[in-house]
Amino acid sequence: MKHLETVKGSDNWLTTKFTALVNWAVNQSRANSLWPMPFGTACCAIEFMATAASRFDLARFGMERQAFSPRQSDVLICAGRLPFKLAPVIRRIYDQMPQPKWVISMGACASTGGIFDNYAMVQGIDTVVPVDVYVPGCPPRPEGLLYGILMLHKKIKGEDLFDPSLRTEHLLNDKGLRLPPEQIDEISEPFGNSVHQFRSA
Amino acid sequence: MNPSAQALQATFGNAIGRVVDARGETIVYVTAARVRDVLAWLKQTPGQDYDYLVDVTAVEYRDRERALEVVWNLRSLASRRDLRIKVELDPRGTLAVPSVVDLWAGANWLEREVFDMFGVTFTGHPDLRRILMWETYAEGHPLRKDFPLRGRFSRSEQVRQALNVNPEGHYSLEELAIAESFDELPAEMRDRLARGQRDQIANSE
Repeated sequence: MKHLETVKGSDNWLTTKFTALVNWAVNQSRANSLWPMPFGTACCAIEFMATAASRFDLARFGMERQAFSPRQSDVLICAGRLPFKLAPVIRRIYDQMPQPKWVISMGACASTGGIFDNYAMVQGIDTVVPVDVYVPGCPPRPEGLLYGILMLHKKIKGEDLFDPSLRTEHLLNDKGLRLPPEQIDEISEPFGNSVHQFRSA
Repeated sequence: MNPSAQALQATFGNAIGRVVDARGETIVYVTAARVRDVLAWLKQTPGQDYDYLVDVTAVEYRDRERALEVVWNLRSLASRRDLRIKVELDPRGTLAVPSVVDLWAGANWLEREVFDMFGVTFTGHPDLRRILMWETYAEGHPLRKDFPLRGRFSRSEQVRQALNVNPEGHYSLEELAIAESFDELPAEMRDRLARGQRDQIANSE
């Protein structure tokens, strides 16, 4: 409500910029009625189900409607590891979602590849689709996912509706990639103990 | 020791190699040339009746001198007996063994998996395609010991190839429920399904 100020001496008048009012109203409603498209591939999906069930109750945040159809959803939640074989699937789901759309990467595997630093696994879904919020954990507890969702709320509430760059479709480039190849290689670099393994046999 | 082992030695003579009793489980080594006869005999001979093919798999050892083994786990449901048949192949030579899909229909996907992961060809298999990796996967056979853990291509190349795969091409036309209405589909979809994804990806840069 920081854009709204009451006029001195009267409780019945407010002054604000029109754009600020629209931003506030639209973003507030968007943030509080996100329709998730769950993309559950592994144990994180179990925690996601726990988050949606009665104890943690995703419905408190206006998310009770699981879309299961990309055309009627706002936020893609990738819960679990993403093998290369599923990369074109999540890409197609992301492309089919209407704007505005956001992506939550839930768990270590979706965010970085996690322990699966091998031939079959995408090393972070951000090499395939743009990601707004990364939730760490293996798997994250429901509180962790809820915290990530609240962070996404904050991000949405800070968006400017009149910024056209927010509505740009992030399509694959002519090389069939989302990022420059060097950047994908850098993101996918191993870390920790696995640096002692080598690419060639 | 499973009595089928002696019966095999009596019937097939020197086609049967070592017979090993490993913690109560019987392993019979067979030559690659006769393994189909052995498996058919085990399934069809009264008194043997190995009617259930539990698994087909393969093992490659870290010791490069050791042979690559193709393994058939059999079970006789009637006499409650298990038998393991192994064939030793030279990992540097041609990897080929006969298919047993006509004996046990369940061998179909098991043999495809061994082909996908180890590159073992099952001669006579009706539909020997990759099953876990996608059909245009070009990096080799992941469970071979000479296969690097992270694959052969750079990560960006792996992502590029993965994103260029047509997900609908993972299935052959027969596997899709719409196979019988193929003629009524739009021409574009017919074309796409008939091609599968075989011509989708250009070779790596």
